[in-house]
Amino acid sequence: MPFEALVGACLAYVALMFGVAYAADRAAARGHVRWLDHPLVYTLSLSVYCSAWTFYGAVGYASRSGLEFATIYLGPTLVFTGAWWGLRRLVRVARMHHVTSVADLISARFGKSNRLAAIVTLIAVIASTPYIALQLQSVRLSFEIFATDAPNGADAGAMGGTALWVAAGLALFTILFGTRNLAADERHHGVVTAIALEAVVKLLAFVALGVFVVWGLADGPGDMLARIARTAADPAVAEGWLLKPDRWTALILVSAAAILTLPRMFQVMVVEAADEERLHVAGWAFPAYLFIMSLFVLPIAVMGRELLPAGSDPDLYVLTLPAAAGQDMLALLVFLGGFSAATSMVVMCAIAVATMVSNHWLVPAWLALRRIPAPDETDDLRGFVLNARRVAILAVVAAGWVYHQASGGTAALAAMGLVAFTGMAQVLPAMLGGLLWRGANRKGAYAGIGTGSVLWMALIFLPSVGVGGDLPVPPGVDPWTAAVALSLTLNTLAFVGVSIFGFPDPVERLQGLSFVSAVEPIRHSRMLRADDRAEPLLAMARRVWGPDAALRYFQAEARAQGKTGYLPDLTPRFLTRLERRLAGSIGSATAHAMIDRVAGGVALTVADLLQVADEAQRAKEETQRLEAAQAELTRTARQLRQANDKLTALSVQKDAFLGQISHELRTPMTSVRAFSEILKDPDLTVEERGKFAGIIHDEAGRLTRLLDDLLDLSVLESGRAQLTISVANLHDLITRALAAASATRPERGFLIDRDLPSEHLGLITDADRLLQVLINVISNARKYCDAAHPVLILRVRHPEGGGAVIDIVDNGSGIDSGRQQLIFEKFARLNDPARAGGAGLGLAICREIMLTLGGDISYLPGQGGAAFRIQLPARPPVPSG
Amino acid sequence: MPDRPLFLERASFHRRRLGDAARVLPVLTMLLLLVPVWWMPGSLSYAGGAVWLFGLWAVLIVVIRALHRALLRAEAATMRAEAPPGDPDAL
Repeated sequence: MPFEALVGACLAYVALMFGVAYAADRAAARGHVRWLDHPLVYTLSLSVYCSAWTFYGAVGYASRSGLEFATIYLGPTLVFTGAWWGLRRLVRVARMHHVTSVADLISARFGKSNRLAAIVTLIAVIASTPYIALQLQSVRLSFEIFATDAPNGADAGAMGGTALWVAAGLALFTILFGTRNLAADERHHGVVTAIALEAVVKLLAFVALGVFVVWGLADGPGDMLARIARTAADPAVAEGWLLKPDRWTALILVSAAAILTLPRMFQVMVVEAADEERLHVAGWAFPAYLFIMSLFVLPIAVMGRELLPAGSDPDLYVLTLPAAAGQDMLALLVFLGGFSAATSMVVMCAIAVATMVSNHWLVPAWLALRRIPAPDETDDLRGFVLNARRVAILAVVAAGWVYHQASGGTAALAAMGLVAFTGMAQVLPAMLGGLLWRGANRKGAYAGIGTGSVLWMALIFLPSVGVGGDLPVPPGVDPWTAAVALSLTLNTLAFVGVSIFGFPDPVERLQGLSFVSAVEPIRHSRMLRADDRAEPLLAMARRVWGPDAALRYFQAEARAQGKTGYLPDLTPRFLTRLERRLAGSIGSATAHAMIDRVAGGVALTVADLLQVADEAQRAKEETQRLEAAQAELTRTARQLRQANDKLTALSVQKDAFLGQISHELRTPMTSVRAFSEILKDPDLTVEERGKFAGIIHDEAGRLTRLLDDLLDLSVLESGRAQLTISVANLHDLITRALAAASATRPERGFLIDRDLPSEHLGLITDADRLLQVLINVISNARKYCDAAHPVLILRVRHPEGGGAVIDIVDNGSGIDSGRQQLIFEKFARLNDPARAGGAGLGLAICREIMLTLGGDISYLPGQGGAAFRIQLPARPPVPSG
Repeated sequence: MPDRPLFLERASFHRRRLGDAARVLPVLTMLLLLVPVWWMPGSLSYAGGAVWLFGLWAVLIVVIRALHRALLRAEAATMRAEAPPGDPDAL
């Protein structure tokens, strides 16, 4: 293909990318982020993992080492099987703290230490530079492949400049779309959308080539498997392809670590994620993407070996295979796929590493050099941060280009990728430990990352650039695996060991709690020194975000506190939120330092930490108190409801009582009136007159008794009854009661059964009242006992604790069980024709008397007749009031 | 004050068990990827190995997808079960 046409295609493609990024940024600025936030865009942006190393290098790797190439994609798949509980949590915590990079995450977790972040940044820069060089090299090599086919393109000068042009173009793109704003949430819609589109191009190109190879060059999957088996029959190939379990394990673990720690992966997976919800789709879709990218790698490698002349570079089979088959369009598509794989990696890596460099190297250095600015100073920190980031992008890309030129671009591509992976993997123990273990502390992180990175430098990085040799290991052990195992093991041991013996400072402990428990961080309240500090804070925020954004944020915060104007109260909550939003722009360590400086922070002490715990405890106690109060209220409400029910019932009862009374009073009244009328008649004889007057007298007597009873009952019920307490002999009382009651139905001869010795008992009580009860009960027995030979049994027992229990039992038919509860109620007369003028108040009065005396009267069922039990206490209750 | 109930409704119980499954899956995946290679690297290095590896991989993707869908459904069901009726904020 002509070199010019190729350059034209590239330029057209690049123009498309610029256009897409521009359009997406504009859409985001206008608030149209719906489709930009789609989980699919997120998933596709994750595919920045598949750099040119995958696109070209995987086939080369597979042709040398067979299935081992797949480990690089199995590691991320392994991580994504834990997307639900692992990655979601990582994204949630990182979003909560507005983390801007993997270095910032480590720094924020371990007490907002900028030095730690600077060290992680250093590792990232060292690891990324050769990796970027690798991308530039792949683009240059792919250009060379096509240029050799071009009749007039064999211009060495043009070739040498390719990498420079590509690097310059990428730096321009990254600066244009990666440093447009310094928003509180570091998201780059334009870049991410362009990356997602590039992911589609990559996938299409690779799948098209794979389909062409499997169904065009070979005869479908069956034939392909047969060819793989045939290739593997070659002893030289079989030797290389044989899986080494130790290498297999180490590679899977290292690539699993890489997906979490590589700066560009952290950028797209965590920083650019709006929330953790998109991992629901990406959880399976990203492994699927990797699966499809890997599926055709081995077939392409095998067909390349078969069809291409011996000595061709297997790293470039993807390009040379379609070109050799005369498929120019396919070759162009593949070329663009490789180009997009390289460019997307460089862009994302440059953004991520430049953010780290500017936030953890340049800005802190600048702030330290400038000393304390006056609060009213209006220097433009925002401009400085953006420029620092632009410079850092240029520097990162330039370093890659310099490395590429210096190394001569001859090393096998895969080696450089693995070097970067193992370098960043050294951050993993501190990162995981920080997220899962509250005991992890900064000294431990220093020790672990330091040990790991030094070992990585000595055993992996330097040997890869030709300085020093491999680790001397026993035969049969893979040196690379041994180096990885050694560095990661010692790293972890140092991290855990130093953490165990260290005591973290209070800021660190607060952050540790927030990261491990995924709870909102709290800023301690000691730093609130004065109320007039909000204004300097606003001035500071303006320096970082620009005037409009800062004012908007402060106004919103003030409104959230219920205030008007632009100056919210400096509550711990507001300071925490402000610091985290600032951290989203300049990193947590710098944001912390700046707020401390402006708001007049006092160093946090262990006592403050305990105070925070106290506050939490107090809040918890308050909650408990409220809950108790609520329970109390519920109880009271229930009691009130019961009281209300009772009142309603009483009201009904009172109405019924009034009805009864009226009825009881009216009956004798009616007779009195009727007979008085008759008495007016002058023609009556003396006998008749005497008879009628007798009736009137009897009825009036009944009325009086009824009214007496009512009065008595009312006095007893109201508790106003006066007791005359004296000492009495129970035997005498019973004898008097029997004598008095014998006037009732005197015609009936009762056999009285008494137990005289037990009756001789001295009682301290109101003797007249007790006598009234005894008479009433015995009279009732005389009235209602229906036995032919009536017998009345009286028994007295002496319970423990003093007092007396008197049982009065007759041998009649007794009272039905259904009515036993009723007999003590007022007017509860049993339908007995034999009733002699009673109004049905007798037993009600008895019960009231007994209750007043501190005892009780109850009906005893199952005694062979009507049986009442009268209980008396040893002494009467002291009247209340 | 009981911070967490001793026993759960059916919906939240189901969700917790699915959450357990999501925790077990990475461990299971690791065993499935590593053990066969340590056991018989010779027979898994070539054409047969490719079939094993990509078959396993495809199954994994399907399992993750099914698990995530089930978890999302279970979460929605739990939220419905826990939300008081008539609450406009509830799903």
